[in-house]
Amino acid sequence: MSILAAPETELLSPGHASCPGCAVALAVRFVLKALGPQTVVVIPPSCIAVMAGPLPLASMRVPVFQTAFETTAAAASGLARAFRARGEEVIVACLAGDGGTHDIGLQALSGAAERNEDFIYFCFDNEGYQNTGNQKSSATPWGARTTSTPRGKSTRKKDIVQIMAAHRIPYAATACPAYPDDLVAKVERAKGLRGTRFIELLCPCVPGWGIGDDASLRVVRLAVESKLFPLYEVEDGLRYRITREPAGLPVREYLSAQSRYRHLTEEGVSQIQEAVDLEWARLLDAGTHAGGVGAPLRLS
Amino acid sequence: MLTAVAERHTRMLLTGDHAVAYAALLARPRLIPVYPITPQTPVLEKLLELQERGALAADVMTVESEHSAMAACIAASLAGARVFTATASQGLALMHEMLHYAAGGRAPVVMVNVNRTLAAPWGFWADQTDSLAQRDTGWLQLYAESAQEALDSVLQAFRVAEAVLLPAMVVIEAMYVSHTLEPVDVPEGGLVDEFLPPYEPPVRLDPEAPRQFGGTVSPAQWRANRLAMQAAMELALEAVEAAGRSYGELTGRPYSRVEAYRADDAEVVLLAAGGIAGTAREAVDRLRREGIAAGLVKLRLFRPFPAADIVRLLGDVPKVAVIDRNCSVGSGGIICQEVRAALHAHGVSRPQVFAFIAGLGGVNVSRDRIVQICRHAVKAQSPPPGSILEEAL
Repeated sequence: MSILAAPETELLSPGHASCPGCAVALAVRFVLKALGPQTVVVIPPSCIAVMAGPLPLASMRVPVFQTAFETTAAAASGLARAFRARGEEVIVACLAGDGGTHDIGLQALSGAAERNEDFIYFCFDNEGYQNTGNQKSSATPWGARTTSTPRGKSTRKKDIVQIMAAHRIPYAATACPAYPDDLVAKVERAKGLRGTRFIELLCPCVPGWGIGDDASLRVVRLAVESKLFPLYEVEDGLRYRITREPAGLPVREYLSAQSRYRHLTEEGVSQIQEAVDLEWARLLDAGTHAGGVGAPLRLS
Repeated sequence: MLTAVAERHTRMLLTGDHAVAYAALLARPRLIPVYPITPQTPVLEKLLELQERGALAADVMTVESEHSAMAACIAASLAGARVFTATASQGLALMHEMLHYAAGGRAPVVMVNVNRTLAAPWGFWADQTDSLAQRDTGWLQLYAESAQEALDSVLQAFRVAEAVLLPAMVVIEAMYVSHTLEPVDVPEGGLVDEFLPPYEPPVRLDPEAPRQFGGTVSPAQWRANRLAMQAAMELALEAVEAAGRSYGELTGRPYSRVEAYRADDAEVVLLAAGGIAGTAREAVDRLRREGIAAGLVKLRLFRPFPAADIVRLLGDVPKVAVIDRNCSVGSGGIICQEVRAALHAHGVSRPQVFAFIAGLGGVNVSRDRIVQICRHAVKAQSPPPGSILEEAL
């Protein structure tokens, strides 16, 4: 389904409290639109929680459960099973940030994925604890400055999609709000499956990344087209498909559009380019070597 | 009448843990998120065995941690499902954050906690500090002295929790109750269904009527939420008594917030919660035979604290000996603090309250030990300011 064909009904109302130009808000809007009204969402502390409230105001036209930081996937597991026990057809969707996913929420997410709990988990990754003012998370890339990595982060970004795919969950994918047709199509695919489905959405943060409030979509497009953030999907942890062929722009264009990388030397930029090229080759390799093998194990 | 009631029970030989599992079976929860921990594990194993046999319809969800177990309980409860779980010690400590969340979110989760020592160092034996340390989380707490009382209290806990919309914890001691076989009268399902109809909350997470649960509020709204919880706790005081009475009418086994034994004319009253209270009843009989007018007040309900009952039962007693199998390090026995505070707040100054700490770490508190405690209180001129340890007896 293209974004033009997506339902016109908006489930995220205007007037919420996100920053001007927020990519997360746009991504949440597309996600909710694609999920539809028979959905209950679970939100941990994050920019999305700010967007959803404060009570008694509510920006989302679906039921919202705001849970403790590390419990998104556990709460979603309980919800999905409660609705099933009650005989109700409800989509349970998690809307979390990268701190709540890559860091504090990973144990619960891994546990739920191992049990193949029936929910769709969306990670709106803005590469840091942006809600508390831009501290590093394990999704912050190497070299990026945050208030807790003032000289630039010295370790690499955690590859959450590979971690989730390694659980052999039915569906794992990347998406971003700059390619809404791709995003909506992936939500549609996830909706058609049962079990744990995971979608990682790269969402630039206007204040955290140091970009203009009109720059989010342009910056995230550069991430995709430079192969730094490829758009792809993985079925059962085995079958890879790249959903958009990147133009192959130099990663320098992406880096130089943001103030958090302004301190990087030429050597630093080259190192990032090498890493991007290596990861892209690995992704192509995974796509080539994994065919239709690995039927799910079943207890007879 | 009593014959008819007895006919609606099956007498089984059960451990405290297995009695709790049968209670969960009878309560018909929809979901049981649970994580194993000694000495609670037999609860989980029995539930899965009952499910395998087709007796238990609930979905037993074996999660990756106690923290996640409680998170799943809260969410499922707010979606309108009756939920049950059980834990002990480190598991309860790990849940601590979510215990606040359950109460603040007004999710009537029912949980059994098996009292066990908290590390470090590691131990596996009875100690009440794990559950008493959760006293400020907004959970109801009921302490059971036997397998029978554990089973009966779980069913009553569901009734009260769902009436006042607060979570409830039923507490039994490691090994002394959790692993000791006792004859237990297990009520038939129909009898329990009369006592505990299906749970259907008026407000829940429902796409037909979207609402937000757990969102950000202003200081004034947060304050209002806490005051509403406090009001619900006050309702719970009466609801516990009413549930115990109704349960008695159906099963022949009535329950109260507190239970007095030979306390009317007593010169010295022992006060304890949990398994020690059962042993203390034997000690009272022994002391009475020796000519010491001893009595017992068993504290069944710890939260909400039944202060008015304490004042009524102890207000005119010359000496009270509280036995705590717990220690708030740097302060002393937790139950004794609460008893003293209740008496002081009500302007009662007559009883001399002796603070005994006994059985820490699961050390056995025998009948003879309780007799010594009572004799010590009788002989003493006045209570010392601190706690009295077993070495002093």
